Amino acid sequence: MTTQQAPAIQVHGLEKAYKDLRVLRGVDFEVARGSIFALLGSNGAGKTTAVKILSTLLKPDAGTARVNGFDVATQAADVRESISLTGQFAAVDEILSGRENLVLVARLRHLRNPGRIADDLLARFSLTDAGGRKVATYSGGMRRRLDIAMSLIGDPPVIFLDEPTTGLDPQARIEVWQAVKELAANGTTVLLTTQYLDEAEQLADRIAILHEGRILVNGTLDELKRLLPPAKVEYVEKQPTLEDVFLSLVGTKA
Amino acid sequence: MSKHFFGDTGVLLGRSLRHITRSPDTIITTAIMPIAMMLMFVYVFGGAINIGSGTSYVNYMLPGILLITVASGIAYTAYRLFMDMQGGIFERFQSMPTARSSVLWAHVLTSLVANLVSLVVVMLVALLMGFRSSAGILAWLSVAGILILFTLALTWIAVIPGLSAKTMEGASAFSYPLIFLPFLSSAFVPTDTMPTVLRVFADNQPVTSIVNAVRALFAEQPVGNDIWIALGWCVGILVVAYAFAMNAYRRKIS
Ligand SMILES: Nc1ncnc2c1ncn2[C@@H]1O[C@H](COP(=O)(O)OP(=O)(O)OP(=O)(O)O)[C@@H](O)[C@H]1O
Ligand SMILES: [Mg+2]
Repeated sequence: MTTQQAPAIQVHGLEKAYKDLRVLRGVDFEVARGSIFALLGSNGAGKTTAVKILSTLLKPDAGTARVNGFDVATQAADVRESISLTGQFAAVDEILSGRENLVLVARLRHLRNPGRIADDLLARFSLTDAGGRKVATYSGGMRRRLDIAMSLIGDPPVIFLDEPTTGLDPQARIEVWQAVKELAANGTTVLLTTQYLDEAEQLADRIAILHEGRILVNGTLDELKRLLPPAKVEYVEKQPTLEDVFLSLVGTKA
Repeated sequence: MSKHFFGDTGVLLGRSLRHITRSPDTIITTAIMPIAMMLMFVYVFGGAINIGSGTSYVNYMLPGILLITVASGIAYTAYRLFMDMQGGIFERFQSMPTARSSVLWAHVLTSLVANLVSLVVVMLVALLMGFRSSAGILAWLSVAGILILFTLALTWIAVIPGLSAKTMEGASAFSYPLIFLPFLSSAFVPTDTMPTVLRVFADNQPVTSIVNAVRALFAEQPVGNDIWIALGWCVGILVVAYAFAMNAYRRKIS
């Protein structure tokens, strides 16, 4: 593409308070099309609040936000056509089967061939065998995979993932990371929130840290690393991390 | 109103009806309490209650039992809505390009269907217990109309705690006073045997006029003013409950 495209997400001076609790106090950031943007922050920093505003579930007290070029306040319906949200807690229908959940979302997005879309996604997220089972019988990881699969239906250009890997085992985490990387490779813009620094390191093109209602820093991993004094050069034997040990014992498929 | 309103409501109605067919215990639980009351009143107390000659006691008390059936059925309406709010699937639907109010209307229609099924079950048991009516088709249609209106009015009441309750108990506790209301009416005993204060209350509360109207329709008696008072109450409650429910709904989605 030769022309400079507008950013997929533009947030300016966003403010939100719950009664006296001022959660967002002027948040600004932009996310380039087709990139992965990680919003880091400790518990209660306001990550979920920001994601809810961007996905039209909450109205901001002040400031503006545009998603895929549409204003979240005045063009909410267009925003909803452009996005999908994977909330912090898996939002799946426990009583329906995995396949029925996918078909339901495909129907609600008014797509043709909901059955085929469902089968494709079941295969892609290794859920084909469990597809006919009630979701109530799924493990936490399967539920999360189904949840993310539901968000991919209709190929929306912008996807919000609120702590997508919290509660997943390392193997499932890597599977989710893989799916996120594929999305971005195909041009989808991904905004994810996380508390895991390594997740941001692994995935994100840009990382922003939300702290006390504002974006404290915003940059690439290298830019953030340069904020600290350069590391001393030390020679140490590389010890395997616990994650390496776990993965080699359990055996990843990858 | 979105152009997808009817289609989306249909899809979501299919979803909730599937919930019901997968846990038919909600229908049975709804019907069992009124049936037990009916057995107790007819076979235990019935002989001691003087309702004047001319009708059997089953005929006399069935209208009140039908109202109790609806009052206990709508506890599940609130429960189903509450579970959607809790599980985050409500937010998922609200962030999708789906007609937003479809989510609510699907619950309302599901409530109507579920309660009508329970009413038919209770009615069949009443027939086994000797309930008889030679009322014509028009009278039966009028009874059906009143019961549908009553169910809709109570359903919109149920939507309020369903949307705003903090706990599951809170979501269904509101139905207890509604179940109790028929006992302070002409449903089981004529009001003129009651002490004055109680009688004034009983004569002027909605259940009495609804019960009297349904009873008169079944018995092919003139319905007099009761039917207009009954309709007035149903429509009045419906409008007020709808306004409060919509208010609660708007607070949730903004
Ligand atoms: N509906 C609400 N009413 C009142 N306070 C709220 C509400 N939602 C969130 N808060 C508060 O706002 C703050 C930010 O919440 P938010 O969920 O956005 O944080 P978060 O960064 O997503 O945290 P976590 O990492 O724990 O998910 C918290 O202090 C929270 O208690
Ligand atoms: Mg959060």
